[in-house]
Amino acid sequence: MKFVDEYRDPALARALVDAILERATRPWTIMEVCGGQTHAILAHGLDALLAERVTLLHGPGCPVCVTPLETLDRALALAERGARLCSFGDMLRVPGSRGDLLGARARGGDVRVVYSPFDAVRLAAAEPDREVVFLAVGFETTAPAVAAAARWVLARDLSNFHLLVSHVRVPPALEAIAAAPGAQVEAFLAAGHVCTVMGTAEYEPIAQRHRLPVVATGFEPVDILEGVAMAVAQLEAGASRVEIQYRRAVRPEGNPAARALVDEVFEVVDRPWRGIGVVPRGGLALRGPYAALDAVTAFPALAGEAPREPAACRAGDVLRGSIRPPACPEFGRGCTPERPLGAPMVSSEGACAAYYHYRAAGGPA
Amino acid sequence: MCLAVPGRVCEVYEEAGLRLATVDFGGVRRRVCLETLPDAAPGSWILVHAGVALQELDTGAAEEALELLAQALPLGGRT
Repeated sequence: MKFVDEYRDPALARALVDAILERATRPWTIMEVCGGQTHAILAHGLDALLAERVTLLHGPGCPVCVTPLETLDRALALAERGARLCSFGDMLRVPGSRGDLLGARARGGDVRVVYSPFDAVRLAAAEPDREVVFLAVGFETTAPAVAAAARWVLARDLSNFHLLVSHVRVPPALEAIAAAPGAQVEAFLAAGHVCTVMGTAEYEPIAQRHRLPVVATGFEPVDILEGVAMAVAQLEAGASRVEIQYRRAVRPEGNPAARALVDEVFEVVDRPWRGIGVVPRGGLALRGPYAALDAVTAFPALAGEAPREPAACRAGDVLRGSIRPPACPEFGRGCTPERPLGAPMVSSEGACAAYYHYRAAGGPA
Repeated sequence: MCLAVPGRVCEVYEEAGLRLATVDFGGVRRRVCLETLPDAAPGSWILVHAGVALQELDTGAAEEALELLAQALPLGGRT
């Protein structure tokens, strides 16, 4: 596929690895933020190729993984009480306090996988007597799609469509990671598609305050290696700038129309991230007339019992980059993709799933 | 989740007030919302996520970046 295959060229990747190893005069620690990047790094063995000079820490960039347990439990309760619960496929196997959405479907719940929030809106329009709830998870990449769908719902005056919102914002999480005592991160590879929407201005204060290079980076092996090379060049020069590697998709200002749409529909709020805790300004909530679409206020009776997280799950440490998945005692033993304890083992962007699929259990921790 | 796929706009149309396009992804055609990309037109290369256009791809920047990389690196020059 055009704009993808070129960035999987083995000769280019090998030359970049050589250039990075030659340029680095000492070991550097760089965090890739997005789980899509983590999977590409593990699938192509980029971490092993760079190990001599660059340690790659895996960041919190898995929206499925950080969706609060309480939100997931609410989605389960809605599905069990007869709502048509729609979400992206990634959410279905994420463990809640009492099972997952796939289990709710097996017990007769109407749980649908959709490719786009618009598919859920069309389901609501087709059956006006049926309540449709879209479980809206995702980073800034996904927020414009949900915002556009919300605007379409109000324009069409659909009263049987609601949103269970768990949208999260990347920059506050990076700020928290960089500011944490004993932080090991020396540079960030920022998540390319988040920057496609939002641009790069939000990362300037983080780069300046913590004196860290931030490079907005794509998802193919050549993209990631070029992002690492740019970060290493800055680190070696003592620089801490925000740069763009993923130039074909990221402009400094992002996509202004998409940002305006997100601002119209959402406001910035504090939000608990699963495994991490409350991230100040770390989430988005429906605002103004769009608040009428909020499933939490539309169905208040669903608050239910307190969420229960398995004590043995170390997902929070994995998401903060404090440990790699194989360092968790349950990895590959008490926690597998078939019987997960935490979300990072089942999400297609989860670091635990990446290690499980691409490295044998007990591999390099 | 943040996966986005490049595709080429075939035609632009409207459904209940929503600006949409048919987009070709390497032979597979899908419906994509263009509310986020008012200037996209047939022939545009766009990046699509969850059925919505994220950005028009800068095809010039893509080619230039690959050329610069290839020039800067000693491709195949090592053993």
